[in-house]
Amino acid sequence: MIGYDLRRNLTNNFMMCLMVGAALAVMAPLGIIFVHILKMGASSLSLDFFTQIPKPTGESGGGMANGLAGSAMMIGMSSCLGLPVGILGAVYLNEFGGNRFATAVRFSADVLAGIPSIITGMVAYTLLVVPMKGFSALAGAVALALIMIPIVLRTTEEQLKMVPGTLREASLALGVPCWRTSLKVTLVSARAGIITGVLLSIARVAGETAPLLFTALGNQFWSKRLTEPMAAIPLQIFNFAISPYEDWHKLAWAGALVLVVIMFTLNLTARYFGRIKHNG
Amino acid sequence: MSEPVSLIDTRVVKGDLLFKWIIFSLAAAVLLILLVMVVAMVRESLPSIRQFGAKFIVGREWDAVKGDFGALDFLYGSVISSVLALLLATPLSVGAALFITEIAPRRVGEIIAPIIELLAAIPSVIYGLWGVLVMAPWLQQSIQPWLIEHLGFLPFFQGAPYGVSMLAAVFILMIMVIPIITSITKEVLMAVPVSQKEAAYALGATRWEMFRMALIPYARSGVLGAVILGLGRAIGETMAVTMVIGNTPQISLSLLAPGYTMPSVIANEFAETTSKLHSSALMEIGLILLVVTLIINALARLLIWSVTRGDTGARA
Amino acid sequence: MESKLQLDQLNVHFGASHAVKGVSLDFPANTVTAIIGPSGCGKSTVLRSINRMHDLVPGARVTGKILLDDEDVYGKKVDPVAVRRRIGMVFQKANPFPAMSIYDNVISGYKLNGRVNKGEMDVIVESSLKRVALWDEVKDRLKSSAMALSGGQQQRLCIARTVAVQPEVILMDEPCSALDPIATLKIEELIAELKEQYTVVIVTHNMQQAARVSDCTAFLYLGELIEFDVTKKIFTNPAKSQTEDYITGRFG
Repeated sequence: MIGYDLRRNLTNNFMMCLMVGAALAVMAPLGIIFVHILKMGASSLSLDFFTQIPKPTGESGGGMANGLAGSAMMIGMSSCLGLPVGILGAVYLNEFGGNRFATAVRFSADVLAGIPSIITGMVAYTLLVVPMKGFSALAGAVALALIMIPIVLRTTEEQLKMVPGTLREASLALGVPCWRTSLKVTLVSARAGIITGVLLSIARVAGETAPLLFTALGNQFWSKRLTEPMAAIPLQIFNFAISPYEDWHKLAWAGALVLVVIMFTLNLTARYFGRIKHNG
Repeated sequence: MSEPVSLIDTRVVKGDLLFKWIIFSLAAAVLLILLVMVVAMVRESLPSIRQFGAKFIVGREWDAVKGDFGALDFLYGSVISSVLALLLATPLSVGAALFITEIAPRRVGEIIAPIIELLAAIPSVIYGLWGVLVMAPWLQQSIQPWLIEHLGFLPFFQGAPYGVSMLAAVFILMIMVIPIITSITKEVLMAVPVSQKEAAYALGATRWEMFRMALIPYARSGVLGAVILGLGRAIGETMAVTMVIGNTPQISLSLLAPGYTMPSVIANEFAETTSKLHSSALMEIGLILLVVTLIINALARLLIWSVTRGDTGARA
Repeated sequence: MESKLQLDQLNVHFGASHAVKGVSLDFPANTVTAIIGPSGCGKSTVLRSINRMHDLVPGARVTGKILLDDEDVYGKKVDPVAVRRRIGMVFQKANPFPAMSIYDNVISGYKLNGRVNKGEMDVIVESSLKRVALWDEVKDRLKSSAMALSGGQQQRLCIARTVAVQPEVILMDEPCSALDPIATLKIEELIAELKEQYTVVIVTHNMQQAARVSDCTAFLYLGELIEFDVTKKIFTNPAKSQTEDYITGRFG
């Protein structure tokens, strides 16, 4: 009997070790990547990064100021396009969500969320770039908005569902119309959770590269119009990383560090809002 | 007391109707977007579908000059890179998830889990940057020569060490899907009722036996769902793979040789197509990708839902 | 006595279930009318039909007439929002708006409707809070969160919020069921004062409460009105044996 137990215990210990090993193996490459970004990024980052546009090949220095501005512009535009659709669409699902149409909308959102982002880019190209006869920041913003919408829609609906029905009733019983109740009571009560969803969706599109490849295209210089190609940080990282020039690699690392910092800031802020209780 | 006013006030009714109409059309927009996307993809693919029919999937010629397009090499590259990445990532992820939920002290688990989730948020272009500038040279100098020397008799490890290769794509995809599979598996494991675990312990099971008896059977379909969701992510992954796979259309058993995937060829060629047929062929590749990911995602959601009964929403 | 509110053959269906069956009632102006009955008898359902809260429940169907000053609340062109402005409601569980301060909660009926006059606001808040005897307890912390108040204070705040929009009828759906005896007593005193200005309808499962606060009492059983009379008569000499069984505690 003792031998039998020993074997079981050995098996147990062996499997436990394997799992600790798996956890380490998972953390290791991720840790290494992180350290590389920090080290390479920090050594390449300078004030120029934020104030200058990329230098032509062969010259050292330069920055990604145009990419930062471009990313900010396109994220801003896509938020203007995507957030109203996502948030108010969720209000519809929350209040009239029992029917087949609502089920179809939820299903569509889930499907959209799973579509590879490069396909979103192809569609935006077909629908906007081809008719407008040129790559543009506008097309890029639309592609990003298409990615934001399902994320915002589903997270907002989850949050609205958690608002107690008694609050809605209280407002309606005061003689407040449904639409004001939706906007000023339901949405306001769920605002912390909705902000979380919005920030996460912005974090997601801020790092998207594939949907911008055939829409915003990228630009070595400042863009003057929304109908022109526009630079974006992820696009610049991509183009510089696959270039053969050491100086551009350095810029790419600096860009990666900035992007990761933005991403983590957005995610951590989102988590902070996610923790706020609704009775606050 | 205010003077009794009439109960009839059509202005407010109109306000509510208008609001309902607005939010209805915004919700409908989501439905419409999906519809438009699918229709656009199908419509743009039609010239290629008409021209090549089923040959598109089995054909290996990809010649923009001659106007002859077959996508087999890209399909092969996508399937091999994703499946191998998943085979490597699954045991690691499940092991890590078990570690976080069951083995590690609660404190440690509470620190590791959010970090892993945060890593899932890193943009793929950054994984690609690291892959092409750090990992590929490292593979070329150390791992691949070793593989050639010691396992070179196998067809999988023949040829010259290029660095950028199918192997690099497999590794980078593995690293990218691990956070996704780990965090969903963690959710699934946490949904297993404590009573199930206690029942196993009460029978005198060791911890590993409890995993085998109670946890894993209960969570199996959810974990499978997580893996399939990871597969969907891997197959649609564009930037990181494009940066490390070498972008050479070929079918080679050797993992050391460069390859090409469906999203990569779209990323590289779509902005500068030479003919209507060329762009249509790329659209058809996109359409295939779309259909495959739709099937994969539907399957994954069904499986995860069957375990957690919750809504993974659009975040998963 | 002049009647303020009349129910005429009120029927409520939820899908296939017939929750309220042909109830007719007259609520005299400036009185408190209690609706009592065992749980599930449809008393809350009747109450919620009066200010058209069922409009928001899919599958709910209301037939019959509810007349407010002889005007049918369910009339063809009637706006439910206008109905609810004249018929306020207090709920079972206190439900102040969590994101708003005490002050904002009282004035919420105006704020949410977007019609606010700065000067009038202060007056309305003070008078409403005084009416529910909450002013002295909260006047120093009007800007703090309503969630910091005790359960009884929250419920009085909800009544203040309802009173602030100057309705004509106030519906109360078991307003004390979640409160301790002392808080309950305060609300009951308040109800007695409210009837000077409003017509009050209160649903309660607590017969002592009905006996204490109401002038008239309606007894509902299985969706039907069994008896409606002056409260004293109901509790001392009911006409129907079912009523007697219920108030003496033999069922329900």
